[in-house]
This record gives sequence, C-alpha cells and structure tokens, in this order.
Amino acid sequence: MTTIHQNRIDHVFADRSRKRFIPFITVGDPTLEVTYKIAHALVEAGADILELGIPYSDPLADGPTIQQASQRALKHGVAIKDALQLVVKLRASGMEAGLVLFSYVNPVFQYGIERFFADLAASGADGVVIPDLPVEESGSAIAAAKKHGVHVISLVAPTSQTRIRMIGEQATGFLYCVSSLGVTGARTELRGDLTDFLKRVRESTTAPTAVGFGISTPEQVRTLAPHADAVIVGSAIVREIERYGEQLQDPNQCDDAVEKIKNFVHQLSSALQ
Amino acid sequence: MSEAQTTARVVPDEKGRFGEFGGKFVPETLMNALTELEQAFEEARRDPEFRKELNNLLTEYAGRPTPLTYAERLTEALGGARIYLKREDLNHTGAHKLNNALGQGLLAKRMGKKSIIAETGAGQHGVASATVAAKLGLSCQVFMGEEDIRRQSLNVFRMNLLGSEVIPAVSGSRTLKDATNEAIRHWVSHVDETFYVIGSVVGPHPYPYMVREFQKIIGEETRSQIQEMLGRLPDEVIACVGGGSNAIGMFYPFLQDESVALRGVEAAGLGIDTDKHAATLSMGRPGVIHGSLTYLLQDENGQVQEAHSISAGLDYPGIGPEHSYLKDSGRVTYAAITDAEALEAVQLLCKTEGIIPALESAHAVAEAMKRAPHMSPDQVLVICLSGRGDKDVLTIQDALSDTQEGGVQA
Repeated sequence: MTTIHQNRIDHVFADRSRKRFIPFITVGDPTLEVTYKIAHALVEAGADILELGIPYSDPLADGPTIQQASQRALKHGVAIKDALQLVVKLRASGMEAGLVLFSYVNPVFQYGIERFFADLAASGADGVVIPDLPVEESGSAIAAAKKHGVHVISLVAPTSQTRIRMIGEQATGFLYCVSSLGVTGARTELRGDLTDFLKRVRESTTAPTAVGFGISTPEQVRTLAPHADAVIVGSAIVREIERYGEQLQDPNQCDDAVEKIKNFVHQLSSALQ
Repeated sequence: MSEAQTTARVVPDEKGRFGEFGGKFVPETLMNALTELEQAFEEARRDPEFRKELNNLLTEYAGRPTPLTYAERLTEALGGARIYLKREDLNHTGAHKLNNALGQGLLAKRMGKKSIIAETGAGQHGVASATVAAKLGLSCQVFMGEEDIRRQSLNVFRMNLLGSEVIPAVSGSRTLKDATNEAIRHWVSHVDETFYVIGSVVGPHPYPYMVREFQKIIGEETRSQIQEMLGRLPDEVIACVGGGSNAIGMFYPFLQDESVALRGVEAAGLGIDTDKHAATLSMGRPGVIHGSLTYLLQDENGQVQEAHSISAGLDYPGIGPEHSYLKDSGRVTYAAITDAEALEAVQLLCKTEGIIPALESAHAVAEAMKRAPHMSPDQVLVICLSGRGDKDVLTIQDALSDTQEGGVQA
C-alpha cells in the first residue's frame, strides 16, 4: 500500500509568509510538446502552482486571448485525457510544483465525474478549477474530489456579496478571488474597490486566497500581493505564447522562444516578494 | 393562474431543475444577479400592478390575443385532420418573441436597470428586444452571429432603425450559440447595470421558467379559443423547437390534458444522418450549454458541435431544459424536419392560405403535412405559427433557385 503524500497545493500554502505565483496556460497551445516545455519554464521562472487549461469550444468565462488559445489547441483535438497525460509526464520528470487543471464543466461531465477525479488524482494533479460550476451545483464534484484527495477550487467574485461567507467556509486548497467583473483578459486598470473585496474574502475563509482575472503587469502583481496569498496571471502569458507561436513550433527557435516567455514570467513572479 | 401555479411549483424545483435538467451552471460573478432576478420575477408575477401593465401592453400594443385561424384550404389539400393555425405571426414585430421581451423589459425597468442586452438568431428576438427598449425608454445592445447578420440583414436594419446597436459575434460558427456566448460575456462584465433579456426557454435558472411564464399566453389563448370555436380540445398540437419558447408557451397549458398529443419539431437541416442538422433531442445527449443541463449536440469529449438549419432561429445545438424533461417523461414527442421539407411547407402554406410562414414555423407546418393525412376529418390539429416569413424571403428565394431543377412543388 502506498502512502498518500500531502496534496501539493496544501504543501505550497503550508508557509503563508511567502506570496505564491500561479501562471495559467492552455494545454496544447500551440502543441502538447511545447506546453510540456513551457510548464517547466514557468516553474523555473518562479511558479509555485501551474494552472493548466483544458481547451473548450465555448469558454464563457474567457476573453478573446484564451478563447483563441482554446481554438488553437482544439485544432489538434486536445482533451482531458491529454491534459492528464501531460501531468503524468511532468510528474515523471520530477516536477514538484502544484498542478491544477482548469476545465469547463461539460467536458468533466462527459468524462464522468467519478472517473475524472480518480484519474486526476492518479495523474499526480492536485485540484481543478471549474469556472461554470458554482457552489450550489458542485456537490457531487466536491464529494468525488474529497474521496481522491484533490481539491475543487472555488471562485468568489466582487458580486458575490452575501455569498462570500458561504463560499469561503467550504473552500479548500485555495480560494480563487476574481479580481474584475467580466471575462479573463489582461486589463490596464483594476477595480478601485478590489482591496476591500479581498479583505472581506480573507475574513470569511481559512483557505489561502489567490487573486486573478485581468492581472497582466509586475506593477499590478506588486499592488495586489499584500492582499492575497497568491496571484494568478493567465491571459498576459497566453498572449506571449501566441506572439511566439511560430517560433515555438520551429525546432530551431523553440528553446529561444521558451526562454523569452520564461523571462516575461520571471518579471511577474519576482514582483511578488 | 391557480392550476398553472401548482404545476410551476413542481417544475422547476427551487434549484431550477426540471427533473435532472436545468440548474445554474454559470460563473460565480453571475450567481447573485440570478438570485436577484429570481426574487424580482417572483415579486413581479404576484404583483397585480405588474400583471396589469403587461396585459395592457400585450393587448393595446402587441395586438393580443392573436387569432386562431381555421386553415380550410390547407386542410383540404392534406385531406385529413382539420388544421388550425395559432397566429403568432400577427403579434407585433411578427413573432411570438415579443410576449417574452415585453415581460422581461418591464421587469428590467422595475429592477431599475437602464440598459438591456439580448442575443438573437433569426433576428426576431433582437427586433422584439429593440422594440421593447424603444417603447420603455431603455438602451439596447443585441448580439448576433456574423453568419446570421448576413442571412438576416433586414432584421439588422430594423434593430438599428429602432435605436438598438447590433454587435457581431465572430467566434465559433458565428450563429445563435456564439451570439449567446458573447451576450453572457458582456453580461458578466456589466452585471450591475445591465439586464440580460434571454429570448428563449434556455440559459440558467430562472430564465427557462420565466420565459415559459411569459410565453404560456400562447397556449392559454389557444386552449380557450378552440373550446369556444369547437367546444372541445385539439387532438394534436405541433410547434417548432429551436431553444423552444414558442413550443413551451404553446404546450404548457395543455400538459395536463392527456387527450392532447404534443409534438415538437426540430430542424433536421440536411438530414439527421449527416453532420449538418440541429436535431438536439433526436441526436444529442445531456450536457451543459449556456448555464443549463440539457440535451446538447456535442462530440465525445464534450465539445459543443455546430448546428445547421436553413432557419437561423432553429440553428442551435442546445434546447430548453424543460423540453429535455418533457422528452424523457414522454409527455411530448419530438420529430425532425429537413431544410427541403420546410421549404415545401412554406410554399404550400403560401399557396393554400396566403400566409408566408417564418422558416422556423414552416418546420411545424411540414410536420403537420406528414401527420394530418393520417388523421380523420373529425380530428383537430393545431399548428403554432410562431412567426411570419417576411424576414426569410431572400433565403427562401436563394434556396428555391438552387433547387429549381428539382421542381419543388406546392
């Protein structure tokens, strides 16, 4: 019998004195092989947890940047099983960072909830973010996740108001604090009342908090760091991957392009401490 | 109202479920807005003032009740059941869509929202929303797929003329599904000040329930009209189904009448054995689209598949969750009609009754063409003629000139 190791998300947040960095990328954008390389580069650039997005045909919570990344990945039919295989590969290569999948609810339903969480845990992933599965609908997912020792990461938004307490009380792993209304995507300005919102969230939960949606610059990371345990950056990184899309797929230029993305991400992560 | 209220308490339940279908599968950002909407709607529907204001608009502005027309020459041509047409095409703006848009528009105003947004496929719900916005003094933005903008340019112009802005949806198949995605994304970003007027019995709770409540006037009128005319209920009622609001509106008041067969008609496009159709209930399986668990056209990985129909209003890979429930419960049966069959129905109705039906409604007529000849002359069949076909004449002209050599007959 194997001993169940500590969930890596819990391990990452065991020491709350350090601020943590969580980058998001879309699995299979531009290809699965390149995603593997970028994942390693992100950890080298200071990522504590990676959020790996499973592409979806109708990503309701995402802006144009991640929509297009999804479309690129869907061109080679990337699905949940590919993301799970990627996680297996990353773990086999010795990656110790937390690994969280991001999937819309329908692919998870079609895969089968019980099977999904069993396979998620077996692959070595630590949790999943399902942006269109609010607390009210998440009962069976949370039960399956608990059984397999992984987390369903809850989201809380500035519009959650009286729901903040309910969401905060049941949050495990970390609580994803949506920093701006609307869909994902880099923004030049963040909401003025964001720190009040983050304060209310922290008062309502014992779970670590991670803030994301619209964060794209080192300045924004620096501003938000004191108000959460972690900062999530997605679209800004996906935009860089899009920009180097051709080089990333050219064997002669791929490593250079990965290095450039790594440097970009390092600027963001180093703004945390 | 009392009988309907009793039934409404059963489906959907307090979680917005019709059996296993429905629910609220939306980003957290929208959850509070849905709760507020639910409360506001429940208060409004119990408020005699709200009901009075809506009834006034429905009678004095929209022109309700719409007639129930005996289709004498169509009946003769088909040689079977007596056919009656519920004339939603005579509703102001030319389709049933206004019933719901007026209800939601009034509710938006009551909730203090200054702007409304809407998605549209054929453009009928967009036009209805633009009309209501003008009438009630609200600003209005309509999301419409680029492909539909091309197919329905006249309706785009209408919306502009009515003072609304039409925003093209350029993602995916550029049709109704993508317009709905864009509308939801916009709503998430502007949820504090914007009311999203969903045009069908789709979306997260309370929309499927609320839209049914605003559309059930179709069936209520039909039920009393046919009883007044014939002293009896119909044997069968047929309605087309895209998202399914005219069908739910028509069927709901007949659900308890076990002698009345209810038949929904989906779009089979080029045929349900091809990959170009919109026959969600016939060919799909349960999944989540636009916030609701319902039958869905999807691949093995749960990616939503693109639908196809000559009719923009039926060109949708999902369906209202209550239809999924009614299909599984067996209370309503569902058929599928191809583009070609719908075109034949358009021509037959034009030539026998002097009515140009919307391509959507022509699917219901086409199903009646199959059913009526097998029924006896003392049986009664009602077709919900959900909209008029003026918006479709160019599409029909194109399609007929393509099939000219086939000699499409009336």
